[in-house]
This record gives sequence, C-alpha cells and structure tokens, in this order.
Amino acid sequence: MSHVDSTDVGTRGEDARAGVADGEAGAAEARGTEAGAADARAADADARAARAELTTTPAEEPTGGAGERGAAGIGVLGWARWFWRQLTSMRVALLLLLLLSLGAVPGSLIPQNGVDEFQVAEFKENNPTLADVYEALQLFDVYSSVWFSAIYLLLFVSLIGCIVPRTWQFVGQLRSRPPRAPRRLDRMPAHATWHTDAPPEEVLDAARGLLRGRRFRVAGGDGGADSVAAEKGYLREAGNLVFHLALIVMLVAFAVGQLWYVEGGKLVVQGHSFSNTLTQYDDIRSGPFYDYEDLGTFGFTLEEFHSAFEPSGPQKGTPRDFRADVSYWDSLDGAEHQDTIEVNKPLAIGDSRVHLLNHGYAPVVTVRDGQGELAYRGPVPFIPQDDNGTAQGVIKVTDYRDADGEPDQLGFIGLFTPTFGIDDRRGPHSTFPALNYPVLSLSAYHGDLGVDAGLPQSVYQLDDTNMEPFQDESGDILRKALLPGESLELPDGAGTLKFERIERWASFQISEKPATGWALGGALAAIAGLAASLFIQRRRVWVRARAGADGRTVVELAGLGRSESARLPEELGTLAERLTARAARSDAGSDAVLEAGSDARGEASAASASAAASASDADDAAESGAAAGADAADPASDAAGAAPRTVPAQPADERPRSEP
Amino acid sequence: MNLAAANNQALADFSTVLIYSAMAVYVLAFVGHIAEWVFGSRSRVARTAEALSPARSAGAAPAGRGAAAGGSARAAAGGGTAVLDRPAVVTRSGSARADVPDGPGAAAGDARGDLYGTIALALTVLAFLIHAAGVVTRGLSVQRVPWANMYEFSTTFSMVAVGAYLAFVVARKNVRWIGLPLVTTVLLDLGLATTVLYTESDQLPPALDSFWLVIHVSLAIGCGALFYLGAVGTVLYLFRDRYEGKLERGGSPGAFATSVLERLPSAASLDKFAYRVNAAVFPFWTFTIVAGAIWAEAAWGRYWGWDPKEVWSFITWAAYACYLHARATAGWKGRKAAYLALAAFACWLFNYYGVNMLVPGLHSYSGL
Ligand code: HEM
Repeated sequence: MSHVDSTDVGTRGEDARAGVADGEAGAAEARGTEAGAADARAADADARAARAELTTTPAEEPTGGAGERGAAGIGVLGWARWFWRQLTSMRVALLLLLLLSLGAVPGSLIPQNGVDEFQVAEFKENNPTLADVYEALQLFDVYSSVWFSAIYLLLFVSLIGCIVPRTWQFVGQLRSRPPRAPRRLDRMPAHATWHTDAPPEEVLDAARGLLRGRRFRVAGGDGGADSVAAEKGYLREAGNLVFHLALIVMLVAFAVGQLWYVEGGKLVVQGHSFSNTLTQYDDIRSGPFYDYEDLGTFGFTLEEFHSAFEPSGPQKGTPRDFRADVSYWDSLDGAEHQDTIEVNKPLAIGDSRVHLLNHGYAPVVTVRDGQGELAYRGPVPFIPQDDNGTAQGVIKVTDYRDADGEPDQLGFIGLFTPTFGIDDRRGPHSTFPALNYPVLSLSAYHGDLGVDAGLPQSVYQLDDTNMEPFQDESGDILRKALLPGESLELPDGAGTLKFERIERWASFQISEKPATGWALGGALAAIAGLAASLFIQRRRVWVRARAGADGRTVVELAGLGRSESARLPEELGTLAERLTARAARSDAGSDAVLEAGSDARGEASAASASAAASASDADDAAESGAAAGADAADPASDAAGAAPRTVPAQPADERPRSEP
Repeated sequence: MNLAAANNQALADFSTVLIYSAMAVYVLAFVGHIAEWVFGSRSRVARTAEALSPARSAGAAPAGRGAAAGGSARAAAGGGTAVLDRPAVVTRSGSARADVPDGPGAAAGDARGDLYGTIALALTVLAFLIHAAGVVTRGLSVQRVPWANMYEFSTTFSMVAVGAYLAFVVARKNVRWIGLPLVTTVLLDLGLATTVLYTESDQLPPALDSFWLVIHVSLAIGCGALFYLGAVGTVLYLFRDRYEGKLERGGSPGAFATSVLERLPSAASLDKFAYRVNAAVFPFWTFTIVAGAIWAEAAWGRYWGWDPKEVWSFITWAAYACYLHARATAGWKGRKAAYLALAAFACWLFNYYGVNMLVPGLHSYSGL
C-alpha cells in the first residue's frame, strides 16, 4: 500500500519528545565522523530496505504538509481523497476513539430513556429549563443520538478504511521473502560479531537450520550469497488485523441486535400461564425492523415460586434464593417440559430467553356487591416498593351494583406488608420480605374508575378524579387493615371485600436478541487477536558470514524488531550462542571471541562516554542483584528465553536514525 | 457444613483484626521507605546529568551504544579480548535520552538507606501476608469469594497490587522505586475500606452468586491493581522526563527534584515499564468487560444496557485503547500518551469509587 512509508517503522520506542523530524540532525552529527555523506546515504537506503514492510501501520502524514495542499488543489476528487486519507489515518482514529469515550460520559450522569424512564421523567419535572436543553441535545438518549451515532459510524468507516488495505498489504508481506541483509549489520539496533574457524557456507547452513528450527521464515544464504535473512512474528500483525476485524463483527452484531430485538415483560401469578403472543404482554418493545408476527410459539405456567431471605443479622432481609418452577411448551412438539428459572439462569426456549426479574405477593380477594352477588374474585398483584416487600396495589371492581341495585364501580387502594410493622416516621410498612405477619390495608372508593374512557390505564394506579371515598362512622376515609380471612364491610350494605389468602407472583422478561452469538464470538476473537498483537514481537534477523582478512570466518548477526522489547537482544544472544555451538569445528567450541565490544570500548575510552559507564554501572547492579536493569518488568517475557544473565540492554528497539 | 451456619462472625471479626494489623505493618514499611529515601539523599550521584550534559553530546559522542553481553560481561568492562561462551550483543539506540542510565534507587548506595529499604521491603512482605490472610479469612467466614461489596473489593484490590509488586521484585525486575508510593496508597485504600466502606461480612444475594461474577470481579480487581502500578510508573515518568528534559537543555533542576528524581529509573525505563504493564493488562481488561457482559446477559437478560458501570468500563477501555493507539501515532508518543494513560486510569478509579457512590445503577450490589 502506498501509505506505508518504511521510515515509520519501529518508531514506537523512541524518545519521548519525538517530533515529526525528531533528532535526525543529532543522529547525523553523531555519525558524522564515521562515514562520508554519500556513504551514509547509501547505507541509509540500505537500512530502510531492511526495515521495509515490517508492519502495516499506516504512516502519519505530517499535518498540513505540502502534499496535502497539493491534493486539495486538484478539486473535488482531491478533497475526497484528502478526506479519506485523513479519516483512515491513525491520528483521526485516535481522535474518534477519544471522542467516543468522551461522548459516552454524559449518558452515565444524565438519566437515560433506554435505561430508566422513570428517572428521566423525574429529572424533567425538577429541571424543566435544563431538560429542554438536554432534550435538544438528545442527552436523554445519548447512545442513540445523532452525534453519538456519528462518532461511532465515522470510527466504523475509519476502521474499515484502515483494515482492508492493511489486510491486503499483510497478505502481500506474507508472500514476499524477508528482505536481504543490509550491508552494515552493525547499524541495526542489536548486533553481534565474532570469529570462527568454520567456513562461511557451513556457518550459513547452520544459521539456516537454526533459524528454521526456531520457526523463522528464512531466505538466502545459499548459492553464493553471504547472508541469511529471517523473519518471525507475523502473528503479531495477524493478531492486530483479527482484533480490528473482530471489532467490526462486534459492531455489526450490536447493530443487528438493536434493530431486530424484541423484549417484553409479563407478570405471572403462581399457577397461571403465559403464552407468547403480543396481547399477553404487560409491556413490549422491539427494534424498528422486528415483526411481531415472528414471536416464537411457546408458553409457560408458573408452577411454584420459592424464595429465601436472610433471617437475621445485619443483612437481614437480603434475598438469598429465588426460584421459579415452570412448565413450558414450545412449537416443536407441544409437550410439556419442566424447568426452573433463577436469577442468573434464564430459560431458553427456541430463540427466546425467559429471565426472572422480580417477584411479589398477590392477595386473593373476593368482592361481593350490594346485592350479595360475586363482583370480583382473584389474585391482585401488589408491587413491592422496598427491599422488605412493602407493596402497593389497587383493586378495581368494574362490574358492581350498590345497595340499591344501581351500577357503580369500586376501587380499593391497598398497602400489603408481608411482615407488618408500624412506626411514627414511616407509618405501616413491612419489616421482612417473607410472609411472617401479612397484613393488607385498604381504603375504599366508589364512582367512575375511568376504565371505560378508552385511555390506557395502569392496573397499579387508581385514578380517583371521579371517585369518592367511603366514609366510616366518624366521617374519615374508610380504611381497614385485614389479616388473611378477614373482611372489610362497606358501610350501608354496599358490599364486602374478603381477604382470602395470598398467592405469589413473579415477573419475567421474555426477549429475543439476534446475533448475540456473533457478538460473543467477535469479542473472544478480539481478545485473542489483541493478545497476539500485544505479546508477540515481529522481528528480523540476519546472519552474514564471510572470510576475514586473517582467513578466519567473520560472523555477523543482527536483529531488528518493530516494537519495544528488550527481548530481541536476548534472543540474539541465544541465537549467537547456538550458532557458535553448531557451526563450530571440533576445536572451535570456545573460540567465539568478543569482538563486538571493541567498538563500544573504543568509544568508551574517548573521554566521557557514559555508555560504557552505564554498562558497567548496570553491570555492577546486576552483579549485586539490587536491580535487574532497564528491562524493568516485562510481564510478557518468557523466562525460558531469557539469557542466563543479560546486561541491562539499552532499549534495543530504538531505531537508528535515518539521514535527513 | 451448613451454609447458613457458615457465616462465621468470629472469623469475620478475626479478618478485620488481620486487616488492621496489616495496616500497622504497612505503616512501619512506610516509615522504613521514608528512612531509605532520606538516607539515600546523602549520596551525590548525577549520572543523568553526565549522560545528558550538552558538553557530552557536543563531543564525538557515540549514537548511544551499550554492551548487552551474555556470559562474560565483566570481560567487556575490564577491557581486552576475552574468550567467551557466548558472543556479546551490542545494541544501539537513537538518542541520548534513550541511553540515560537508570537511577541507583532510593537508597542510592547509602548503606543505612539500603538497610532501611531492605527492612521496608521485608515489612511489606509481612504486611502482605497478614493482609492476604485477612482477605482469605473474610472469604472463609462466608464460604465464598470475598468480593461482594466495596469493602471486600478494596481490601482485595490493594492486596493484589502489593502482590504484583512483590512478584516483580521476586522476578528481579527493577521495581523497588514503586515501594513508597505503593505502600502509601495501600494505606489510604485500606483506611478508606475500614472506615467509609466497611460492610459486615455476609453471603451473596442471588444476583451476585454466579461463576461469571467470580471471573469478572477477580479480573477487574487484578486489572485495576496492575493498571495502578502502570499509573505510578506513568506519573513518575512524567516527572523524570521533565527533569531529564531540563538537564538536556542545560538547565539545573531544583535540589529536591534532583535528589529524588535522580534516584528513579530513567524516563525511558519508566515509560517502558508503564507501557508494558498497561499493554499486558489491556486484553485482560477487555475480557473483564466481556465476562461482565456475559453475566449481565444471564442476570438481566441483556448483555449491554448502558448502565453507568458498563458505560464507565467502556470509557476506561476506550481510553486505554486511545493510549495504545497514541503510542503508535507520531506526535502522540511520550508525554501526550502518558497523559492519556493517566486519564484512562482516572476513568478506572471513577468507575470504581465515583460510580459506586455517586451514580445510581443496577450495580448497586443490592440483589434482585
Ligand atoms: C473501534 C475502534 C478501535 C479500537 C478500539 C482500536 C483498538 C486498538 C488497540 C487496543 C490496539 C493495540 C494493539 C497493538 O498495539 O498492537 C490497536 C492497534 C492499532 N490500531 Fe486500532 N482500534 C480501533 C480503530 C482503529 C482504526 C480506525 C484504525 C485505522 C486507522 C486502527 C489502526 C490500528 C493500527 C494500525 C494499530 C497497530 C498499532 C501498532 O502497530 O502498534 N485502529 N487498536
């Protein structure tokens, strides 16, 4: 790919202040005495070639460089290309990621419609002016807002625009051979030189075998060539690509899940059934593309609900166990199956999942009207308001005649306490969530319930605008607390309400969310890719062997990595050791001579060279065991590969500077 | 054993006593570290200045060469050609800054400082053992993993941080410089845990009783502890980098800065340490979030619902991804990337303290 510029390779570990053209001059100056300018240029081109294609990371184009303006000068197409290049650059990917994390913040601080509608309504009530502003900025729906979507869609496009060319480029790299050895191996970030009596061909042969054995890709070294080139760690790049591709898979899976989901709630009293059709739901919502015709065919009966609570101690009342025993049928065979649903163990039926959400009590009441006729009988689910099960509910009796036989309607507002308690501050309330002392307190009304007006009405609220309370002897609203089995007599023969017993109820969430498996698969692939990308090093190794002036063979070994690691020098050390062992004549086992150091020593003796000072300092430190050197902590490094004792290396990954 | 009876109050009380004891020993370790730094300040080393002084780079200085030798590095230092088992590997780096040697450590070679440092380390080991015993007994007292509330989370968090530090020490990594800041923050964390966050030991509500919770929370704690070590490295990097920058420009930093910063590892080493830790933890953090999503799917019927806790985990994740991207982007390396790493860690902290205490959500640990 054209945007890969080899000069970008391996710049990651550089000086903290690395600017765009950082330190080039300094490096050139430092080398000034070594070689003439032309020589240096040639060597540089050579070194560049050695580093080419070691990654697929896009090169950063300098902001506002001449090239950019030139492109802009050639009209719409130029602009489009400029825009595309910007969008797919690392810098913009970075900014978009930053924006994405910033954009997610308000959604966690401001109540969200998708998360808690009730809180949103409350917020709007308390801060009307602010709410208007928030509304305009879509701050109650951050994660589906235009601006948040814009950020992640841009990121998505950037990701594709980045990943596709990089994949091709990587495929190309896999097909090509490692670049041949640069002329000056000693200019590579890590190198070693030694002499041996083995002839060059033998050394190169041994090197090829050694490198192949360590699963390097190897090229050269035969047919008269004086060097072997090898490369390893392609999995790093592959991992990185897999990671980014997996992100795309995950994003698509999220989108599919959002567009085609369906999710509804249903409260079921023990012994009652639910069947999966639209009309049976208490509430239901779905993604824009979901078709309710597609609701799976199944149903279930809540056979029994079990619960247990901490009976004593500081966490008294904390739930310990919830279990809903259900029997269900599905379209496959229509047969009944038994199962249990627990808080963390949903029931899967076909593509749907049934989750246990909540539970509570439903007092069973019998209402007789002024004529003594049965007006209502059944369990009435009460909704818990606190952790101890203090619950509210209403009983609506629509089919009722008063003492005179006139049609009327009754409404009861009730408070149910599984374990009754009362104090001055809170009034009657429950002190424990289990049925230790159940009491149902009711106040009674009659009039128009408003259920015939055609407006949807909550079954848990009483609209008392057109209702009148019954009064007791002293003229107060009629209220009574009932134990199971007790009755409430309405005044003047208006009827009775009998509190028969208590049933349990459980509420369920029934949902279908497509592509969940894809999201999970994508996430796991992303993690695997990430691990490969972060823990594996891509690196090149060259070995050159040729006859020296003294007739012995000079072996040069050099390595180049693209990322920060002190492991490369260690690996080179091991390679050198093995190579000396392999390519050694019978007498040459101990013939590897420290040659490489001479260079450094020469420089070290030149006055105040701190390189040597640091080497020996660090050496002392290693000696005394007080410090393990610059290789401070390498959580990823495998101890096995580590050299017996390695002098704290200068960071080996720093790329030698190229000539301006 | 009867589970209901397992809520062994005596054991839980014992656990609390252990945590207090660990705090006492950490205080002693803290004092030891202070003594180490104080005595170390007597030594006058200035290798950084030497490595960076303009005088040096004006000469025909090497473009950064160090000998990374195998078997017989001493031979290299001693001069002369030696016969080796293993050839030496020479490394070269691009800039003078990359060649700055690491500082000598808090004690800076001062014998008494060194003694106090060793004592502090030994005390840290002791405190860690007591601390770990406290966490384990807490778990035993309720027969479950001890991570069901913020008290347990905090005590385990600092235990893992200290454990990771000690593991680095055992692996002979150059991490002794973390000692003082670590012990200080562990004391803060435990202080907060035993006062503000204390919750009586108890069993798990059913919503928290899940295999995925164990995975999710243990990873979250481990990642947080290591991210914390990375953040310490990053903060020190920023100071040290400024110090080196000043020296490089020929400036002279203040005496206190010189004394303290001189003894730290070089900016390049600190930066590298922080990067490695953060990069190594990132995949685990990713997995933490995935495990959380799997758990949420089982418990609440949706794997992602933009609950504040989920949002902040995501923000933290994206922030660390930003940091990793920044390291690969020209012009964002070094200090800018370091600021991103700190912002990311701040997100992690907020996710833990801020979200738990300030923002209501499903992660209220209250059960069904
Ligand atoms: C959803 C948004 C993205 C996330 C969460 C993300 C995350 C990451 C992470 C965690 C890494 C670190 C892996 C490593 O250092 O090897 C990484 C590396 C990388 N990302 Fe992304 N990325 C995203 C989008 C992009 C985009 C849009 C591009 C294209 C411009 C891109 C290009 C790269 C490249 C080239 C690397 C490798 C850097 C290197 O070689 O060190 N990423 N990404």
